[in-house]
Amino acid sequence: MSASNHFGFLDEYAKKEIRRTVLKAVAIPGYQVPYSSREMPMGRGFGTGGLQLTLSLLGKGETLKVIDQGSDDSVNAVNLRSFIETTCPGVNTTTRTDEADVIQSRHRIPEINLREDQLIILQVPYPDPLIVVEASENKRKILHGEADYSRLLVKLYEDIVKFDEITISHRYPTRINNHYVIDPSPIPRWDVPKLHNSPALILLGAGREKKIYAVPPYTKAEPLAFEDVPFRVEDFTDENGQRRNCQQCGCTTSYLDEFVDSNTGKKVYQCSDADWCSEYTVSQSEISEIDNITDNAEVVNG
Amino acid sequence: MDKVLEVKQLSKVYGSGCPSCFELTGPEHNTNICPQCGSVIAAHNVSFDLYKGEILGIMGESGSGKSTAVKCLYFDQPPTAGNAIFYDEDEKYDLFEMNAAQQRQLANKRFGMVYQNPHLGLNFDISAGGNIAERLLMSDVLNYSDIRARATNLLTRTEVLSERMDELPKNFSGGMQQRVQIAKALATNPPLLFLDEVTTGLDLSVQAAILDLILEIQQEQGTAMIVVTHDLGVIRLLAGRTLVMKYGRVIESGLTDQILEDPQHAYTQRLVASAL
Amino acid sequence: MNKIENEMPILRVENYSKHFELHEQHKLIPSSENVNLEVYPGQLTALIGPTGAGKSTVLKGIYRTYLPSSGRLLFRTKDNVEVNLAQADEHLILELRKNEIGFVTQFLHALPRQSTEDVVAQPLVQRGMDKMQARDLAREMLSDMNLPEALWGISPATFSGGEKQRVNLARGLVSRPRLLLLDEPTASLDPNTTEKIITLIEKLKEDGIAMLAIFHHPELVKRMADKVVQLESPIATEKLLKEIA
Repeated sequence: MSASNHFGFLDEYAKKEIRRTVLKAVAIPGYQVPYSSREMPMGRGFGTGGLQLTLSLLGKGETLKVIDQGSDDSVNAVNLRSFIETTCPGVNTTTRTDEADVIQSRHRIPEINLREDQLIILQVPYPDPLIVVEASENKRKILHGEADYSRLLVKLYEDIVKFDEITISHRYPTRINNHYVIDPSPIPRWDVPKLHNSPALILLGAGREKKIYAVPPYTKAEPLAFEDVPFRVEDFTDENGQRRNCQQCGCTTSYLDEFVDSNTGKKVYQCSDADWCSEYTVSQSEISEIDNITDNAEVVNG
Repeated sequence: MDKVLEVKQLSKVYGSGCPSCFELTGPEHNTNICPQCGSVIAAHNVSFDLYKGEILGIMGESGSGKSTAVKCLYFDQPPTAGNAIFYDEDEKYDLFEMNAAQQRQLANKRFGMVYQNPHLGLNFDISAGGNIAERLLMSDVLNYSDIRARATNLLTRTEVLSERMDELPKNFSGGMQQRVQIAKALATNPPLLFLDEVTTGLDLSVQAAILDLILEIQQEQGTAMIVVTHDLGVIRLLAGRTLVMKYGRVIESGLTDQILEDPQHAYTQRLVASAL
Repeated sequence: MNKIENEMPILRVENYSKHFELHEQHKLIPSSENVNLEVYPGQLTALIGPTGAGKSTVLKGIYRTYLPSSGRLLFRTKDNVEVNLAQADEHLILELRKNEIGFVTQFLHALPRQSTEDVVAQPLVQRGMDKMQARDLAREMLSDMNLPEALWGISPATFSGGEKQRVNLARGLVSRPRLLLLDEPTASLDPNTTEKIITLIEKLKEDGIAMLAIFHHPELVKRMADKVVQLESPIATEKLLKEIA
């Protein structure tokens, strides 16, 4: 694939429009700003929205991390990273979250706390949480404008009636800055609290639907719930009441993916965030090294 | 006596309208379609006052325009002319000067509307309880148990079995759908209720029960109501005062018993005489 | 049975006339002509005259079920204001009907499912009385009317004429309006119940309630009326509208 003449594949007009859209999105937290989403050399539905944001905002000398469901190695992440490396010469890439200036992610927010100098870009399939209750875009715009989300709340009510709890697992509707309710993309409930008061700017791009929206830093982000039926994250306790741990690194505080071990046929759990998992493993082995040294030291002294 | 609603010279024209529209239509011309431009003069110069706790009847045959005024007041349609003031506690609202968002807010919180066709008043994709919950949620009630309790309460009051509250309206009979509509309309304790042909098409015994319910509610809550119907029996039972409409005009208005026993206008006399 | 008449009349009817204009048939039908009368608190005034003299029409004109064609109907409200019922605003009429002027007609209009005691209690409840209290008063009145207790909890829709009439009366009397209009109140009643009604009416008079009544039986007029007003059939006969125009 030959690189186009422009840095970042998109021409300067496209990038300028996207940057302006981003400014507007940040100025109106949670508001879906329409933009002319360009044709990218990959199918819609593969992260073209997130990609356009990254290409418009990433600069020479900056460091990029691309993940898909927490993994740097999945096909989509690899393809996107490779495309960006080719079209943005001078840009570094990393798998270490804490080294990245820009993180483009599909369906997860990294476990480690992000910093003010970092930017996270989420890929969004359907930006509008109201699409499940109202088919007409015009009417949805009015509902958003008037912050009338009662029909969405009724859906939650019906869930509680049927299942005694709200059963939404991903794309949990979240109210930003007391007005607009967003679809935070298919991140699990586990990640929703990270939207609230985040030091890092969170941008969300939907290429097919041609919308960009934002959760600015240090902004209120409240998942929709009832006063007496509060929002809950996923529960990783097993039948014995023990919190499951990652089979790889032993961590008991991260979001876990569930696999079936092909050898044993049993269910196993592993950190979804690959970088987190490897860092945790490293720090655990460092701790056990220190323990060994101190043990030896005692022997020496004692 | 507190005034709740003041409507002055409400008009609704469908179509382009022309200077002769009003002169060439009305009961004397036996039409509400303008012969010059073909516009429909659904209502013209409708004026009335409504007081707290009062039930006003609007009676007429098909095409009389009786539903039109109510449609405008509930913001389903914008009027062509006229104004309406709604008095609520210490506030005064100039209904047609408000913007769409303000109108929706006001209608949600302070009005109730029951349509003849339950599909207009209910969301058939959510349960009966959900329909009521929706109204409460629009008024910022965000406590699940409170919503549940209130919905149960309202449905019990309108004699819908609370065991059925989580069912979809399509499983209910017509009479029960109307009851759910009434429960929904009352969810926010509105001081003003609009009822548009709510018992038309229902079995007589069901009609009687619903009319009963409406009167009980009026007595308990002091709700002011506008009842639109073509049925004289309903008017006699519910309304203290009545407007008689024909071809978009109010041709007679007065105390209901006077309209029924001493009608002045030729048309009203004919109407009353034709009642079975 | 004459009460002192230095009190102001509660109702003054001046030159009341009522005719009906039937447009379809092009007819003008006179009903009452030039009626003059006064009603005093604590007294019962009886309207007498042949059928067609327009007696019911007078009562209905006062109650505004009929729109008077001419004349004045001056009612003194409890605030001591004289109101012309013929021209008064509809809302005022509704208020007066609720609180001050009662009408016991020959027809009973009740909600389809209301129990008898609730039908009777209704005027009190509408005035704001507590439901339980109103029911108690209703029950008292129903027992005064000799209506069997077994009937109190069911709807009067299936009652006999006489039973319905008793319910009607109970309802009209329980709310103790300052002016009570009675249209043949004892027409379908047995002598026993009629006696009770007479006693009740005397009690009402003692309480200062004014009554204007039509009785079907001259005996009753003799026993209960403090004053009598004789009405004649209208002189004018039915005319064709085009003759009047």
